[in-house]
Amino acid sequence: MRVIGHVAVNVFKESVRDKVLYNLLVFAALLISASYLIGQLTAGQDVKIIKDLGLASISVFGLLIAVFIGIGLVWKEVERRSIYTLLSKPMRRQEFLLGKYFGLVLTLVINVAVMTAAYYAVLAYMQAVSPPNLRASWPAPATDPALLKAIALIMLELMLVTAIALLFSTFSTPFLSAMLTTAVWVIGHFNQDLRDYGATIPSPLAAAIARGVYYVIPNFAAFDVKLQVVHAQSVPLRYIGLTTAYGFTYIALVLLAAAIVFSKRDFK
Amino acid sequence: MDAIRTEALTKHYTVGFWRPRPYLALDGLTMQVGTGEVFGFLGPNGAGKTTTLKLLMQLIYPTSGRAEILGKPVGDVGVKRRIGYLPEQPYFYDYLTAEELLHYFAAIFGYAPTERRVRVAALLDEVGIGAERRLPLRKFSKGMLQRVGIAQALINEPEVVFLDEPMSGLDPLGRREIRQLILRLRDRGCTVFFSSHVLADAETLCSRVAILANGRLVTAGRLSEMLAFQVRGWELVVNGLTETALARAQQCRLVTRATRLAEGRYALELPLSPPPERTLAELVGQGAALVSLTPMRDTLEDFFVRQVSGAQPSRLSESA
Repeated sequence: MRVIGHVAVNVFKESVRDKVLYNLLVFAALLISASYLIGQLTAGQDVKIIKDLGLASISVFGLLIAVFIGIGLVWKEVERRSIYTLLSKPMRRQEFLLGKYFGLVLTLVINVAVMTAAYYAVLAYMQAVSPPNLRASWPAPATDPALLKAIALIMLELMLVTAIALLFSTFSTPFLSAMLTTAVWVIGHFNQDLRDYGATIPSPLAAAIARGVYYVIPNFAAFDVKLQVVHAQSVPLRYIGLTTAYGFTYIALVLLAAAIVFSKRDFK
Repeated sequence: MDAIRTEALTKHYTVGFWRPRPYLALDGLTMQVGTGEVFGFLGPNGAGKTTTLKLLMQLIYPTSGRAEILGKPVGDVGVKRRIGYLPEQPYFYDYLTAEELLHYFAAIFGYAPTERRVRVAALLDEVGIGAERRLPLRKFSKGMLQRVGIAQALINEPEVVFLDEPMSGLDPLGRREIRQLILRLRDRGCTVFFSSHVLADAETLCSRVAILANGRLVTAGRLSEMLAFQVRGWELVVNGLTETALARAQQCRLVTRATRLAEGRYALELPLSPPPERTLAELVGQGAALVSLTPMRDTLEDFFVRQVSGAQPSRLSESA
């Protein structure tokens, strides 16, 4: 655990020094300017739009970090040969891999936490400046704590995307890894359709393939409750619990696959 | 107990996409390195030196054979605590300073923060990194990175150090400092296994060497003993040699080549036979004065060519 921690902290340090956290400034600027503009254009709907935009931005910014840093996590170390020195130190390859993973997760947690704070600050400001009659027409307060449920599931989704990017990073180039990770993410969002595909097409082979893909690719749509929380619809804790268990199981399996691939690899 | 032992260590890579064939990067390497030795692992570029080091560090896995360090199989985490490794042309995280990098590695070894500070400062002093230690490594020259690389290899006071081309990128002063450092390590009882294609480094430092060519062990033993047989002539520098005396020596085939250095001063190449003492006596008898007499030895490359010529197997197997 100690070694994993040191590797993780180093990954975080790298992302800080590579100015990855600058994206937070872009996020804050986007959110503040959007809330101002939308406030000028719409009446009554602006808080809903900001809630939606904020959650979508947290998701997209997180996704960009997870994919574009995740795909280089191992590849960069191998390509630049810094892995030679590191793996000669008393650590197992799995520890190196987990350290890399948790380092990026730490970066993401801090990113998402800061973005959430900025998000709530903008929403609190909107709540403070909105007239009472307008506030009364909202289905939920601007600073609705239920939004945190959506953010928690976004974080879980990002952790899964990171694990997938890491898996691809153990054996392929960043370009291919980015393509594959994005493909998995996109397919994962339409996973439900794959399951139902068999009922709509006559070919049993195509249906079987679709079903196979459905079981292998994670169902990313399950992590998306943005619409529900923005429209103040209830998201049961049981659902959050089950989705969390599903997400962690998937992450564990993907990391296990990454560890197996990585442990057999030759660093030529 | 041997510090390092390999038995029939073999590594094949597969090359070719449509017609994959094994490429013999290392073929049946068997060798032992005793504790406390400075062992030179020599060979021309592409001989298999780095492959061997990577196998010993378990950065790659052998196709067959086995390797042990300090009596344990390579890759054992306990063994990794007791060894240091400098890769060829090392690259480190360029966003870290030299100090931070060494702190990071020391932390992986489990050193407490106070101990780390002392150790890191002492090591950077030892390899000659001064105030630059607080600069990001991206600002370091190749030679300075090499010094940092050597420092990180010694962070855990290792019992066995593996150095892959440690002199690479260093200026003459740096090379001398690293040579001295290797000798200090030897004096502390550390086993030093270093690869090089520079014969002079090996001659100065090594108690024993192994020579590798085309992925195979050509010979192993004391370098001086191996190359003593390979003296191919003598270089004699004399003063006050007349042209007549030189012409006579050449006629009698005592001198194979003469280079005029200054008026009356010549560098003469003498054959192995007759013995150089006889030629020298002859020339001194005609008024010349001895400046120097040195054996002309083969370079490592020459030695290799002779060792492997005629029997150079293809490293690409057609059979598989």
